[in-house]
Amino acid sequence: MSVISIFFTALFYITLIVFFIGMVKKIYQFGITPAPLKIPIAPTPLTQKGVVMRIIREIVLFESLFRSNKWIWLFGWLFHIGLLLILIRHMRYFWPDDLPDIFLLTQSFKYAAFVMVFGLIGLMLRRIFVERIRYISAPSDYLMLIMLLIIGISGMIMTFTSNHTDIIMVKEFASGLVSFNWKNLPTEVYFLIHIFLVFVLMAIFPISKLLHMPGIFFSPTLNQVDDARSKRHIAPWALKQEQEHATRLEQILGKDE
Amino acid sequence: MVKEFDIPVLPTYLETPKLKEGVMDGEGPFKSTQEFQNPLGFPGEKVDNWQKVAIDKIGELKSKYRSLQVFLDSCVKCGACTDKCHYFLGSSDPKNMPVARQDLFRSVYRRHFTFAGKYFPKLVGAKELDNDMLDDWYNYFHQCSQCRRCSVFCPYGIDTAEISMAAREVLDVVGIGQKYCNQILGKALTIGNNLGLPEPALRDTLLDLEEEIEEETGGVAVKYPLDQKGAEILLITPSADFFAEPHIDGLIGYGKVFHQDGVSWTLSSYASEGANFGMFIGSYDVMRKAALRIRKAALDLEVSRVMVGECGHAWRVAYSFWNTLSGVGVGAADEFSKKLQDQLDHRYPQPQHIIEYTHDLIQRGKLVFDKSANDDRTVTFHDSCNVARATNMGGILGGQFILPREVIKAVCNNYVDMERSTIKESTFCCGGGGGLLTDDLMEIRVKGAMPRMQALKTVEKDNGVNTLAAICAICKSQFSKVLPKFDFDPYMIVSVHQLVSEAIIMDKRKIEVQENKLEAD
Ligand code: SF4
Ligand code: SF4
Repeated sequence: MSVISIFFTALFYITLIVFFIGMVKKIYQFGITPAPLKIPIAPTPLTQKGVVMRIIREIVLFESLFRSNKWIWLFGWLFHIGLLLILIRHMRYFWPDDLPDIFLLTQSFKYAAFVMVFGLIGLMLRRIFVERIRYISAPSDYLMLIMLLIIGISGMIMTFTSNHTDIIMVKEFASGLVSFNWKNLPTEVYFLIHIFLVFVLMAIFPISKLLHMPGIFFSPTLNQVDDARSKRHIAPWALKQEQEHATRLEQILGKDE
Repeated sequence: MVKEFDIPVLPTYLETPKLKEGVMDGEGPFKSTQEFQNPLGFPGEKVDNWQKVAIDKIGELKSKYRSLQVFLDSCVKCGACTDKCHYFLGSSDPKNMPVARQDLFRSVYRRHFTFAGKYFPKLVGAKELDNDMLDDWYNYFHQCSQCRRCSVFCPYGIDTAEISMAAREVLDVVGIGQKYCNQILGKALTIGNNLGLPEPALRDTLLDLEEEIEEETGGVAVKYPLDQKGAEILLITPSADFFAEPHIDGLIGYGKVFHQDGVSWTLSSYASEGANFGMFIGSYDVMRKAALRIRKAALDLEVSRVMVGECGHAWRVAYSFWNTLSGVGVGAADEFSKKLQDQLDHRYPQPQHIIEYTHDLIQRGKLVFDKSANDDRTVTFHDSCNVARATNMGGILGGQFILPREVIKAVCNNYVDMERSTIKESTFCCGGGGGLLTDDLMEIRVKGAMPRMQALKTVEKDNGVNTLAAICAICKSQFSKVLPKFDFDPYMIVSVHQLVSEAIIMDKRKIEVQENKLEAD
């Protein structure tokens, strides 16, 4: 194997591990942190089923965002749906053998790249030109968009222009990563930039705002059922404190009945 | 002293303003002193190692509140919430954009608790909690009414109220409390109400009220029982209802409704306060302490129902938190909660809102109204934030929007809603909630009222609305103050139960009506 292949192969595993450990830690932290009070936000579902439907609508349709701002919704939704289709299509590279027929269905997903890049450009333009959004943006917010744009555009260059990469080599390299049967990768610059930035994104996922992905499932305002009157909701620390009469106010204002 | 400021001009359409950095910079509200801090367990002045204390407290809070942890991590800076806060719309100060307000907290969190913030602070906008930052916290977290409007519009439900509650708690533990809230809490936790009204004074007030009603109704003896053991209903209402205008007319309405139903009810002098400012300062302990007074009163008075009067955040605390804090409801296992649960009548929701109660009586035809008594009014309803976005009524989807409107329509012939994007879950705050109802915050209160006033102006012009009804003590006080600043009649704000009170047909005439009916049959 070439040096550069070894470098990227190693980088893949390192970033994957960083991603994995980081995400597990973060999800664990979200999971064990109690929500001591019922704080669902209107329009509030009164049943568990209602909550599940609400989260599904948020994830699939970006319901709140739609209510909030049609432009951000349009660009944000197009970007995410484009990205999803592209990710599905990328599975072909990791599939170790000949592709089953089902992959024919994903053939046209390559055009989703246009949708994704369109969405990203929209988001970027808003970030630059809408005063309010510019005010709240940190350098990392631009950087994230730039990285995604470069990933998208380099992918498009390889797919839709004459700068094709050796697709067989890509597949051997990618599926080799999965099956530990390591192979050389193509060294065209577009391809290297493409996968390098993907690895970077993977590594920073658990320490950046990309955490909105697990976050949405743990958001108490969205995932709580509005049934406070009929079901008691209490956090372990609050229960403990209650049982031990342990608040400092006990000393100042007297014991509670 | 309080600085001069321009009152916003009401636009024909609500527009998103251009940013004006620093317009709301300032010292924030009056600071609390030793006298008010210590009884709540907070230091009386800024502690020496305040930075460490603050950072430790942030660490503690984020491990106790999932909301805080998840919200700090999940914001993508999409900007969807930036034009949703009434304080931003009214003041143009960018730090009043919800996400920017959160970022005051988030930047410190990032600096101290995240990898990126520790090693690449500039890149991710992480900042140190220095004196300037602390001043900004104090100032801008007291320009948030914890109304939760931003949360409705955030794709992840990020609730700036949670962040500002946490920030205020951090400020309290380093010794920088807000005078208004903490002074009031002292009174509520020792005397039993926010006004510091002792039992004899309360009793006198209620007696006066009884006389007044008897005169006004020509001899109907509506009673305001205090500390009556064995009554069926314990009414917990904001103490403003005892004194302030227009609140007291709402209290008259409750009394009349109870009277017509023939139910026995009582107020408590020990727990004569519905409001719970513990929520505003973000302290679970203080909030619980206040809530426990109510449980004790319910136990001592051996009531079988606990009911809450017209107060927005009180209803949030009661509806969403009481069961958790003090076991008023079902499921708590400590000795006192169990005793209370045995005592309560579970055919009724516990606690129940006075609107739910009146609505139910109306549904069952128990109340008779002369709607024409309100014919001089064209009414619109202001959804109070805490009721609208954090509670329910009647156990039906959106009941908190439906029930009050149905009660109003049952007693008034002319009702109009304000623009859809300014009511129900999208309602604009009155501008005075969340512990901001103090004169030293008048500038932000007036500016923050602008979006609500704009929507009101529109229905005034288009539909001749001359009455604004609300079910929140803070909203009522705030509107009485700010309405005239926008060229409205300050008396156009009324309690929903004032409208009920004006239309309800009391005893004597009720019998007449029934007799007439019989004759007609
Ligand atoms: S809407 Fe939510 S995610 Fe978007 S900027 Fe505001 S708080 Fe952040
Ligand atoms: S909770 Fe209300 S006042 Fe606070 S930032 Fe959000 S919209 Fe503004």
